Amino acid sequence: MSAIGVAPGLGPGGPGGSAGPAPVRRGRRRSTPFFLALVGTAYLCVFFVIPLVSGLIVSLMTGNPDDGYTFTWNFGIYGSLFVDPQVPYLTFLLRSLWYGAAATIACIVVGYPVAYFIAFRVSPRWKNPLLMLVFISFLVSFIIRTDMWAFVLASQGPVVTFLQGVGLAGKDFHILGTGGAVIFGDAYNDLAFMVLPIYAALERIDPRLGEAANDLYAGKFRAFWHTTLPLSRSGIFAGVLLVFIDSVGDPVNSALLGGTNTYTIGQAIQDAYSGNQQYNVAAALSTVLMVVLGIILFIYARVSGTDDLEDLV
Amino acid sequence: MTAVAPSRSAAAPASPVTGSVAGRPRRHGVNRRGPWLAIVYWVTIAITLVPIVYMIVYSFNDAPTNRLSFAWNGFTTYWYANLVNVSGLGAAFVTSVVVAFLAAIISVAIGLPLALALERYRFPGRGVVNTVVFADIAAPSIVVGSASLSFFLSVGLGTGFLTVLITHVAFDVAYVVVVLRARIAGTSRALEEAAGDLGATPFQAFRLVTLPLLAPGMLAAGLLALAMSIDDYVITSFVAGPAVTFPLFVYGAAKAGMPPQVLCFGTLVFAVGLLVALLNGALNRRLARTRG
Repeated sequence: MSAIGVAPGLGPGGPGGSAGPAPVRRGRRRSTPFFLALVGTAYLCVFFVIPLVSGLIVSLMTGNPDDGYTFTWNFGIYGSLFVDPQVPYLTFLLRSLWYGAAATIACIVVGYPVAYFIAFRVSPRWKNPLLMLVFISFLVSFIIRTDMWAFVLASQGPVVTFLQGVGLAGKDFHILGTGGAVIFGDAYNDLAFMVLPIYAALERIDPRLGEAANDLYAGKFRAFWHTTLPLSRSGIFAGVLLVFIDSVGDPVNSALLGGTNTYTIGQAIQDAYSGNQQYNVAAALSTVLMVVLGIILFIYARVSGTDDLEDLV
Repeated sequence: MTAVAPSRSAAAPASPVTGSVAGRPRRHGVNRRGPWLAIVYWVTIAITLVPIVYMIVYSFNDAPTNRLSFAWNGFTTYWYANLVNVSGLGAAFVTSVVVAFLAAIISVAIGLPLALALERYRFPGRGVVNTVVFADIAAPSIVVGSASLSFFLSVGLGTGFLTVLITHVAFDVAYVVVVLRARIAGTSRALEEAAGDLGATPFQAFRLVTLPLLAPGMLAAGLLALAMSIDDYVITSFVAGPAVTFPLFVYGAAKAGMPPQVLCFGTLVFAVGLLVALLNGALNRRLARTRG
């Protein structure tokens, strides 16, 4: 509004040039965010929100690949998939949740010290390069790097051969095809998603707080436990969210690094769609997966005390 | 590590809190550091590099068949010389690059106004839009992929190149919005307001002031979108139909026996990506130096 004083001669053309257009301008301002948000919101509604709902609708259809599917409010499918089913989907789901939880914990155990090291133990000019190194695997296609691990962890590969060579593993010992290999692959592929938010949270902490804790005779461990760790909780929360969701649903690591006993819900959904064309089964499974993940993460958010999800975005 | 140590311990006494208690021996507990964190970091990086080294080394392996073999048969550049000799591989790579560029451009075009609206205005429905953007990032790929396919089947849109592009834009937009919001939050409105005071219309102020200020952010957002798109396998596997992208081709090859040229493509992409990252780092450093 200072324009009034500076440029009185601008007339109606200039915003706020005279007293008259002011209400018009304010009116236009109120509609500005709607115009700005319109296209993006519409796109996300049509191609993200509606598909999620349509997944639910497809799950309630009955039919078969040859005759097509019709909508029949078939809520029974949810019972038939999990109660006394022909295929043990509940086992796949629980197994996926276990893999996801184990990979998430592995990512915290490794990712926290890595983030802490970059945030507090190196000079500022090295922080970005060291952080980039954590992300270097992203320059290699996800499928290629996972498949390279399949070769590294194979029974003729260097890891198993070495362990057998030094006598730490027996002849029948193998890594590829086990749940451990799948968890390792999940954790490997998602580690950076844990390191980055924890690093961002640690960077915001004033290092003098730790020093103050020490001055108040807190030991190294107590200073960490009572100042640094609580202050980095939002970072851990964001990391857990990203890693857990991604690894529970992932079909690739279990397919390339696992075996017959590591079949996950992600693979089941993919096979139901592309292999058997049981669209209703696949849609029901993915709806269940989303609801289960939602419930687990809601409880986790409540327990950890982070309810402002908007902070994370 | 050792090179870093002196600068930090020298800086510590200067901080106001510790300055007053410099004589207290306990304080040294803060700065004394065992090697453990450094060891964890470098071991993690070493493990991170294992599959990358494997990929690069074995792209030069003189394998006797046209399938990847991890027995070392000597050095060759044959696979690089015959890069597009595998049926479908070159086309898949081109498809991926085209989809990624288009998706990045479209998602920045859609995402910039949305990010401006979310960051600069309070309006009814803002919370809902925020939640949708967040959900778009958080939702598991397998659910997004299967839901998108359900949707395309329901509306009768045949899957192919177009549905891949549509879906990639849908997940790219959320990442673009997050990156751009952070940049917008860090950009002062003072210059725009000054432009307004000097008689610029809101649109002129946007085009001549805001847009140039946000250009680096748009580039960063676009590159992230490009990277997310070019590497996506799970979502694409649902909506691709007859279209084949690079990750789809590699996945099929990984199950059936991989032609060594796949590793050559991977190595070339890695080299280009590394070059871009290093140039970007050098540029940022120079900018920081001239400004500082």
